[in-house]
Amino acid sequence: MSVNATPAGADVAADETATGTAGRHAAVPAQRSGRAPKTPLSENKRAERKLGWLLCAPAALVMLLVTAYPILYSIWLSLQRFDLRFPAEREFIGLENYVTVLTNEFWWTAFGVTMLITVVTVAVELVLGMGLALIMHRTLVGRGIVRTAALIPYGIVTVVAAFSWRYAWTPGTGYLANVFGEGAPLTERASSLAIVMLAEIWKTTPFMALLLMAGLALVPEDLLKAASTDGATAWQRFTKVMLPVMKPAILVALLFRTLDAFRVFDNIYVLTAGANETSSVSMIAYNNLIRGLNLGIGSTMSVLIFLTVAIIAFVFVKLFGTAAPGSDDGERR
Amino acid sequence: MADIVLDKVSKKFPDGTVAVAEVDLEIADGEFVILVGPSGCGKSTTLNMIAGLEDISSGELRIAGEKVNDKAPRERDIAMVFQSYALYPNMTVRENMAFPLRLAKLDKETINQKVDEAAKVLELTALLDRKPANLSGGQRQRVAMGRAIVRQPKAFLMDEPLSNLDAKLRVQMRTVVSRLQKQLGTTTVYVTHDQTEAMTLGDRVVIMRGGAIQQVGPPQELYDHPRNLFVAGFIGSPSMNFLHAAVEDGKLKTALGDVPIGERVRRELEGADAPRELILGIRPEHFEDAELIDDETRRRGMEFDAPVEIVESMGSDKYVYFTVEGERASAAELEELAADAGADFSGGGSNLVTRLSAESPVAEGQNRRVWFNLEKIHLFDPTNGRNLTLHEGRAAGALGD
Repeated sequence: MSVNATPAGADVAADETATGTAGRHAAVPAQRSGRAPKTPLSENKRAERKLGWLLCAPAALVMLLVTAYPILYSIWLSLQRFDLRFPAEREFIGLENYVTVLTNEFWWTAFGVTMLITVVTVAVELVLGMGLALIMHRTLVGRGIVRTAALIPYGIVTVVAAFSWRYAWTPGTGYLANVFGEGAPLTERASSLAIVMLAEIWKTTPFMALLLMAGLALVPEDLLKAASTDGATAWQRFTKVMLPVMKPAILVALLFRTLDAFRVFDNIYVLTAGANETSSVSMIAYNNLIRGLNLGIGSTMSVLIFLTVAIIAFVFVKLFGTAAPGSDDGERR
Repeated sequence: MADIVLDKVSKKFPDGTVAVAEVDLEIADGEFVILVGPSGCGKSTTLNMIAGLEDISSGELRIAGEKVNDKAPRERDIAMVFQSYALYPNMTVRENMAFPLRLAKLDKETINQKVDEAAKVLELTALLDRKPANLSGGQRQRVAMGRAIVRQPKAFLMDEPLSNLDAKLRVQMRTVVSRLQKQLGTTTVYVTHDQTEAMTLGDRVVIMRGGAIQQVGPPQELYDHPRNLFVAGFIGSPSMNFLHAAVEDGKLKTALGDVPIGERVRRELEGADAPRELILGIRPEHFEDAELIDDETRRRGMEFDAPVEIVESMGSDKYVYFTVEGERASAAELEELAADAGADFSGGGSNLVTRLSAESPVAEGQNRRVWFNLEKIHLFDPTNGRNLTLHEGRAAGALGD
């Protein structure tokens, strides 16, 4: 009678899950030893590696053309005196452009503004984004609508959104202009910067929330249940269990946003055009390079921005242990 | 330590499904109670309601005499062990075990002392500084147990804690859990789908089906005196044989021959609405090779001939599968049990599993004469699954007066 299969069948199923976990454990040391001493590759492995290179080649080639070439060309331009208005004076001058830029107060003002915008917006976005992510994660009714609504700002083109903010703050016609008394907020430095940051935060918080929500999905439900039976309050569950477990996702989100925020351009361009010392480094690089036609100085600024971004990425990856997106290094968790 | 009382506790989900229906259960202080049943029977929901992880729709839950329906899990002073172990991956073994103590704001020294003590009991001392990722499944399981025992809660709740271990380790951990519970004497509610675990571990076993309790009792009592078809089929491995039996002239016509029935069962069957068709249940160990029994025993049973299909020699005894003619027994409970086991219930004729002595010279393909014990037969009403041979909670067999 088939009923007799009850216990036997259950045992087999349990065995399968057990070997499943055992298999996963076994895979970890195997992975580790793979990095250690090099053993000669078998025929099969070599062919596999060759195929790997071949499959990567097209993408690598495109990257070289569209990324490596412009970067190297900018570095080359940054080492020259090269102003399109005086083409005859073009000359290789070594690091002189760097000295010019790094001793210039406009550059350092812009650098300060950019840092301020980066730190403030990323910090606020992290807090708001976490709140939004928790709401989206926990919503039971109308989950789709809540998520869509939260993502709308991110779906709007930055320039369009920036214009809508500009009109909103324009005295006489804007609906926000008189919120903080009479005056034109976009004509003063502090209020302009605040508005730029507000626009940035409004637009990119959904992106942050999206990245953090992916992190929240990494936290097993059982872990939170265990914490609540262990005596943790909601806040303790959040800080002692959720945050540490989703730390990799938080770091990736912070890295992405920091790199993005440091290159802030569109909002400033539309809202203040850099008036009242509100330029970011990208803004003044643009002004020198495209408007001023000074390829040497402009390129120098671009290279400096590139270096800063590289340092930020380095700090995140090496010092905070952010796992590069897509890497399968689970040990850091 | 405390007793746990479920008073008509129900769980109704927003979509209208009833996961647990009016469960009444009293768990004494220090008792080890197992909730067992097929998947979806409501056992885990019941446990989660005791833990406070799931709201109670109606009814009352009391821990140590105090109504705790609306209390958060952390206010109930219970510890839970999960199937996935739910260890905090960012903490070492020591930190994992210390977590509930740290939340309870004990001083460092006490925490260390308690963790060391628990680690010693569970042989985790050498592993205290490791992260869960570097532990084997069995070690993780022990850490999860350790985290539960360090704070000496009112009760342990365990949700299939051994199901992720391989078969050998599971048997080993079973005794560890059992010994630990006896040592600590803490009230324990343990959920499992594995009837072997249920039989071996608990003081009492609660069998659930479709959100309702089928029977509560010590393992042996459930085995010997199942109240209904579902309990009879669920408990025991290999499980009970079920055969179709027709009531005719005061006898039961079955595939094993005409089975006589006793006074009491006859009286029961005389009622106007009594079923004419029954299901006869008999456990594999109540069969024996007819050659091997003495006359004294022979008189208590009946014999039949059947072709041997398969012989599985277990060393200590032999599982012999016979093919017998006749209708298959059918009832909703049996189909549910089969579905839970993942077996399809089709196939011509009936199969019979018997457990015969190892000395039996039985061979596949031959026709064998087999004896079975009439005193151990159960008769079930196929419409409602009730065990008709039960009298005042005892099964008296078909011949009982």
